[in-house]
Amino acid sequence: MARKGLIARKEQRAAYLFLSPWLIGLTAFWLIPIFASLVLSLTEWHLIGRNPQWVGLQNYKDMFDDRNFWLSIRVTLKFMVLSVPLYLICGLLLSLLLNLKMRGINLFRTVLFLPAVLSGVAVAVLWVALLNPDVGAVNQILHGVGISNPPRWLQSPTWAVPSVVLVGLWGIGGGAIIYLSGLQNISAQLYEAALLDGAGPWQRFRYVTLPMLTPTLLFVLLTGLIDAFQVFDIAYVLGQKGTGDSLRFYLINLWNEGFVHHEYGYASALAWFMVLAAAAIILVVFRTSGRWVYYEYDPGRA
Amino acid sequence: MKTIERPVRTEQPPEVTPQRSVFRYRARRVSYKVAVYTMLLIVCGVILLPVSWMFTAALKPDTAPVFTPTPEWFPSTFWDWHNFHRVLFEDFPFFRYMINTMIIVISNILGVLISCSLVGFAFARLRFRGSTVLFYVLIVTMLIPWQALMVPQFLLFVKIGWYGTYLPLIVPSFTGSAFFIFLIRQYMRTIPRDLDDAARVDGLNTWQIFWRIILPLSTPVLTVCAVFTFLWSWNDLLGPLIYLDNDKSFTVALGLANLVTLADTPWNLTMAANLITIIPTVLVYFFVQKKLIGGIASVGLKG
Repeated sequence: MARKGLIARKEQRAAYLFLSPWLIGLTAFWLIPIFASLVLSLTEWHLIGRNPQWVGLQNYKDMFDDRNFWLSIRVTLKFMVLSVPLYLICGLLLSLLLNLKMRGINLFRTVLFLPAVLSGVAVAVLWVALLNPDVGAVNQILHGVGISNPPRWLQSPTWAVPSVVLVGLWGIGGGAIIYLSGLQNISAQLYEAALLDGAGPWQRFRYVTLPMLTPTLLFVLLTGLIDAFQVFDIAYVLGQKGTGDSLRFYLINLWNEGFVHHEYGYASALAWFMVLAAAAIILVVFRTSGRWVYYEYDPGRA
Repeated sequence: MKTIERPVRTEQPPEVTPQRSVFRYRARRVSYKVAVYTMLLIVCGVILLPVSWMFTAALKPDTAPVFTPTPEWFPSTFWDWHNFHRVLFEDFPFFRYMINTMIIVISNILGVLISCSLVGFAFARLRFRGSTVLFYVLIVTMLIPWQALMVPQFLLFVKIGWYGTYLPLIVPSFTGSAFFIFLIRQYMRTIPRDLDDAARVDGLNTWQIFWRIILPLSTPVLTVCAVFTFLWSWNDLLGPLIYLDNDKSFTVALGLANLVTLADTPWNLTMAANLITIIPTVLVYFFVQKKLIGGIASVGLKG
């Protein structure tokens, strides 16, 4: 017994040594900043000049009277509502297409995943040029097929957010990789059993593929929802060209308050709201996930 | 099924029916294939044409209009390769930006591989008090977007005098990244435990088990982590935007974003810079593609 205790203690000491880089990072870059951020959000501070002034909950009260804050919420929600279902369905359809065993499918996969590795800035810059309302290629094509009054895309208040959604759709291959790995993890036996039972292609999809894919769907849904809070690159690149409020995403607004106006206290309050919103989304999704996510019984994992 | 059975049952096979149904069957297969390939080709066209347009624009001299009434998807008239030289060395310092970005990227890959493999190993294969709680903490830090902490992190780095240097963009990676730790832990858990036990019997200590046995077996997931780190830090805009203040230390993403903010953007040079920005990621992608997709599949996302 004593020997076992010794080995266990040695293992524990080794474990904490292995964990130490992360524990240091957790303290320095997460715990201290989280605490600091909580305190900061109760102050007014511009970094240069006066020390932080204690203002209590004033920053949080200000948020509710701040037009820009509500604008950023609206833009972010609009993006969420448009992008999440669209990306979920298109990613799934694309991955089903890419999962077919056909000649040359690897070549198609290579091409389709390509936009997923490109930088957000590069993609944004390319589409700013293509979606230029007066001379861009997209509207030239639309003119060519007889649409005399095409949308002004990123420069139009109504079309700006849908344009960002469409640009994201161009990179949907990234989401399709995740689906594809989920599809390839589905055991072939299940399909064979379904075939023997006389299931057609639709039934095989509905009763085998879809249930087995629900854990992947949960992951894609969660990251999709949280990603809406993280849209930055394309809105930043465009914002410099004066699109103004129609692309005031949550992160853009936060960055603007903190790093352009140097309102560090107020920006911290905005950041806390973001954490709470993200946490609320995660909780709601997980609470409801029990009803529709299907986990295969796997004795190896338990 | 029916089409095969019918001629067997009727003793005198009517020549026309099976042939016709075989033909119909084949026609259906062919039309199905044509439909799938058509869809795939359309999607590929939508992806490749903009890239090709970018290439065309990048090769145009300053005198030729980048935007033409009918979009030019393929380079035909102009082959001004000198534009790339201008972007890299003359008009804009993108060569320097690339070197800067490479410094950050390579440091980040090193940092992630070292720290995340150590931490992932501890979570996957060692028993210690508090492992469950710490694992929950890991999941929480993985789900909270880091941007929520960028203000206090920024103030911290300013206070310790790291503003304007690469340290804020490099050092955190050496303390691990929750997502990669999670991926590595998931992967290492699938390696049979018997290996550890056998190694312990042979007298290897924990470090030797990690270094000689588990780490070499984990190269697929380590490749995935290295590639993702490359892509994310190469493409990162917000980090360099916050921490770098000197034009000489900019990264490619930041340099590119600044090109568009110019009052009169030179679109041919911007597209050349854009190509320069994406070429390294595309090259890496082509080289590791198979491993990457296989790696993601092998890691799996199930709890």
